[in-house]
Amino acid sequence: MPPVEKSAKKAPASGKKPTKFRKAVNFNLSGGIMRYSRHQQYKRKALWRQKATLKPKQEVPKRPLTIVKEIGGGHNGGQRVVTLRKNKANYPTKALVTSRPTKGVFKLHKRSTRKSLIPGRVVIIVAGKHKGKRVIVLKVLQSGLLLITGPFSLNSTPLRRISQRYVIATQTRINMANVVVPDHINDAYFKREPKSTKRNRGEGEIFAPKKEVYTVSEKRKSDQATVDKSIKTALSQHKDKKLLFNYLRSYFALSSSQYPHRLKF
Amino acid sequence: MPFQRYVETGRIAKCTSGKLRGKIVSIVDCIDQTRVLVDGPQSGVPRQAYRLNNLQLTKFRLKFPYHAPTRVVRKQWEAADLTKKWEESAWAQKSKNVKKRTALNDFDRFKLRYAKKQRNKLLTIAYNTLKKRTKADGSARVLKKDRKLRIQELKKAGKGKK
Repeated sequence: MPPVEKSAKKAPASGKKPTKFRKAVNFNLSGGIMRYSRHQQYKRKALWRQKATLKPKQEVPKRPLTIVKEIGGGHNGGQRVVTLRKNKANYPTKALVTSRPTKGVFKLHKRSTRKSLIPGRVVIIVAGKHKGKRVIVLKVLQSGLLLITGPFSLNSTPLRRISQRYVIATQTRINMANVVVPDHINDAYFKREPKSTKRNRGEGEIFAPKKEVYTVSEKRKSDQATVDKSIKTALSQHKDKKLLFNYLRSYFALSSSQYPHRLKF
Repeated sequence: MPFQRYVETGRIAKCTSGKLRGKIVSIVDCIDQTRVLVDGPQSGVPRQAYRLNNLQLTKFRLKFPYHAPTRVVRKQWEAADLTKKWEESAWAQKSKNVKKRTALNDFDRFKLRYAKKQRNKLLTIAYNTLKKRTKADGSARVLKKDRKLRIQELKKAGKGKK
């Protein structure tokens, strides 16, 4: 008798939970010859014991595909074989337009943000209009972009979205426990407003079309003020509060013999 | 100028690469032109072969015969008070400072810069006042401001009355 069987019997008695998937005991020796033959497996698995307990298989009557119908009339051959399932009477001339699966939609992409970019982190912006500034991460938006603020009064960086590629995370953090970022500040909030399609008819056309100038809405201003206020109270609770304010005002720059890959941030 | 430091038995050197980087060791023997046997019983370095390319020779030297056992090296090391001497040397101080500086993060660097700025401000003020109050020949210059102050003081004391 193979030793494997003994251990297999003992396993439940030891109190250990048997794992769901056990390693296959029977395996291919070579050339399709198994370690245990069909007869041995029958014994090992104790299938003879199961035989008594097995339920008899209930037979489901097969439905016929066709039936034979009696047909009247002398010249019709008496009967005819008719299919029970009717064929389609017509076929579409053009492939139907179906809705495509939403699997590959950009907004549903899985976002992965660097571990270091957590809310309250001071980051250095390395590209764009605000490059060199040190700003604060508020949260990661659904689009994967970071929501940041200067605060505006310190380094004139407004509430803004930025890709994580364009920031360097520093080790400095502020406590965001009491900072509230309103829920309505999301990706839609930063969407560009559609250009007005109205055109001045008549006299207006003589002159060059007026260039539309971006103006900050009152809503944005008030949101900026509320967020910055709570951020500033958080800043003032920092250990080095006076220096931290100056730190956020200052610009990041590399001096000679400073290499970013060697620096700690 | 002849060489001052040689690869020789007892020479103290600083390791510059690998696990031992930054540690000081004593050369015990020369294996060949490129490698030496080093030992650092007081700096946590077990006896091993080390490439000369990665060694920087220091001005210190211990006295012991070549291929001396670790026991002897340790004894000489302690007798010379080498660990303390090394730590006091300018080289060790400098490398310590470099290490400190590389460990700084962005905010720390800013704080350092800020502190330096403050110090320089004070220095400039002190320098300028000294400059003002010193004549070209080195003697002290009395400013108008000083005379005024002195008169005020005298008036207060009641001696300035005509």
